[in-house]
Amino acid sequence: MSCCGDSPGYDELDEVSRLVATKLAAFLRTLREAGFAVGPREGQDAASLMARGYAEKPGLLRSAFKHLLSARKTDWDRFDGLFDAFWLGKRARSRSLTTGSTKAANSPSLKSLQDTKSQPSASEGATDQVPSADDAPEGRAGEGRMEGASRADNISEVDFRKMADPDQIEAAHEVAARLAKTMRTRLTRRDLARRQGYRLDLRRTIHSNISHGGVPISLVKRQRKEKPLRLVVLLDASGSMSMYTGVFLRFIHGVLDEFREAEAFLFHTRLAYVSDAMKEKDPARALDRLSIMAQGAGGGTKIGESLQTFNRWHAARVLHSRSCVMIVSDGYETGDARLLGREMAALARRCRRIVWLNPMMAWEGYAPEAAGIKAALPHVDLYAPANTLKSLTELEPYLAKL
Amino acid sequence: MKTREEIAQALAAAGYIADGELATAISLMQLLRRPLLLEGEAGVGKTEVAKALAAMHDTELIRLQCYEGLDQSAALYEWNYQRQLLSIQAHRGGDADAIEDQIFSEKYLLERPLLAAIRRAKPPVLLIDEIDRADDEFEAFLLELLSDFQVSIPELGTIRATTIPHVVLTSNGTRELSDALRRRCLYHYVDYPDVDREARIIMARIDGATASLSRQIARMVEGVRKEELRKVPGVAETLDWAAALVGIGVHDLLETPETVHETLMCLLKTHEDKSRMSREVTERILGKVA
Repeated sequence: MSCCGDSPGYDELDEVSRLVATKLAAFLRTLREAGFAVGPREGQDAASLMARGYAEKPGLLRSAFKHLLSARKTDWDRFDGLFDAFWLGKRARSRSLTTGSTKAANSPSLKSLQDTKSQPSASEGATDQVPSADDAPEGRAGEGRMEGASRADNISEVDFRKMADPDQIEAAHEVAARLAKTMRTRLTRRDLARRQGYRLDLRRTIHSNISHGGVPISLVKRQRKEKPLRLVVLLDASGSMSMYTGVFLRFIHGVLDEFREAEAFLFHTRLAYVSDAMKEKDPARALDRLSIMAQGAGGGTKIGESLQTFNRWHAARVLHSRSCVMIVSDGYETGDARLLGREMAALARRCRRIVWLNPMMAWEGYAPEAAGIKAALPHVDLYAPANTLKSLTELEPYLAKL
Repeated sequence: MKTREEIAQALAAAGYIADGELATAISLMQLLRRPLLLEGEAGVGKTEVAKALAAMHDTELIRLQCYEGLDQSAALYEWNYQRQLLSIQAHRGGDADAIEDQIFSEKYLLERPLLAAIRRAKPPVLLIDEIDRADDEFEAFLLELLSDFQVSIPELGTIRATTIPHVVLTSNGTRELSDALRRRCLYHYVDYPDVDREARIIMARIDGATASLSRQIARMVEGVRKEELRKVPGVAETLDWAAALVGIGVHDLLETPETVHETLMCLLKTHEDKSRMSREVTERILGKVA
């Protein structure tokens, strides 16, 4: 594909085309910074499109560039805003990393569900009825939350920066790696040709024995193929969990690194997709992005609603028959417990196994009394305590059996 | 080289009502010779795009349906082992080299979709359907084929493409596709059509659907899609429903709310959704159609 840089011979025209090329390069750089996968080939094609008259109308150029330069739904949705901001000088829509959840929050049917929300049951305690600000710093997280029910918005106190301790990161990776090893593969129904297997592959046997004139001397057999298990982690990042989010974030980081297929979500009052942010190569940037995502959450934990968002917008893409969903939460639901039960049932139909890890279970005298956890438990395959990396390690044999 | 308006018209003539953006995508496909990757919910008519494209170019549609475990022998080529064996038996005692040359000739080669697509005289439309269902390994292999358009068969040598097919890939997003494949392709997200377009689709596809009925159906379906359903009805379901209504002889949805409710089963495919769409809900949505 030829580029538009052909010199027409006139100095002035040359100058113009050089300016356009510079501007185009700057646009591609903007896209790359916004996470688009744009390479030199795309640059060349974009230039050739401009040279072929697609640049006459902004709408046409935008549509053409959109097809060429975006590679997935999130790119597709963001592109128009980025294009307008760069070429037409309009203000860009802010980049949304939680497309699914914001859509869900705006849809009328969901709003009506929120309005008809039933009274939380008494066992959830007074704090859970008001959107409390989970603004307790790590140090006093334990008691701070229980009295302070202010409606102020939580800004940046959900402290994910603790993750930066290299020793702990290493330990978390180690646990995740071990888990990955035991949970990695599952048998599928598809067979793979093997020398050693349990069934004869007639077609391939004939093929490999053509050299013997068709006398079946060497046999080819089939065996079930192993496929990677996909682990989807949903981490409760609400105030009541704040003592543990650090530990589990480290763990998730390891999971995303070690599993061949893994996805991660955070939820509090909304659900946020964090796999991309966690896969950021630069750990400092990953932490920044996570902290941004933790912001804007009011108080309370809406597990049911978050699961609804997950089922509606993410499940079809993220879950398949070899998926294991791991929910890490204390089960203190401030929303509607019945909704949680319903969504858990829907989730259970979709994936292979559901593991619910509850840090509170390690506490003495804890019983699953909260309405939320009661509604969810019937659909859970493994319900286990987990409050430290050590307890996660101890889970290994159980998880391996799933 | 067709303009975008001509493309939209040609697609409409083939029974596919495209929006402006899709016409742009198809013009780019011809211009840049890149495959087109279509993503979107099930039932929004991704596969139909390829069919209409084939009709537009008046060429063959070669379809490769992907599934878990799809391999080269099912997608590219395979030797016809049985015939090879018979041939060996028949020429027993003959010259070994001659037999070998014979049984590894074109005659014994079974063409599968990908090989077929690059050996046609007229460039066909190659539809690689639901690529997300195939394994990663197959995706990598496909990527290689899509960039070189040549296939090497060890016994026969390299087969170069006589023509470059128009390649359309579709994905439902059950698995994340590799960045390499995404970059190789033009990307188009197919959304549910808006009321206008859906009404035009109904009119184009269903004989006997009047403009006013089509519009009512489209608005009704739009209302149903906004409900909290497990399985949102796609365009195919809309067409089923429209065909059913026309077949029963309905001319105006508002006059026959009973029939509307009873035929809604064309749109709803799970028990849960059906119980959610009670008579009252149907009437509420129908009220908005008026």
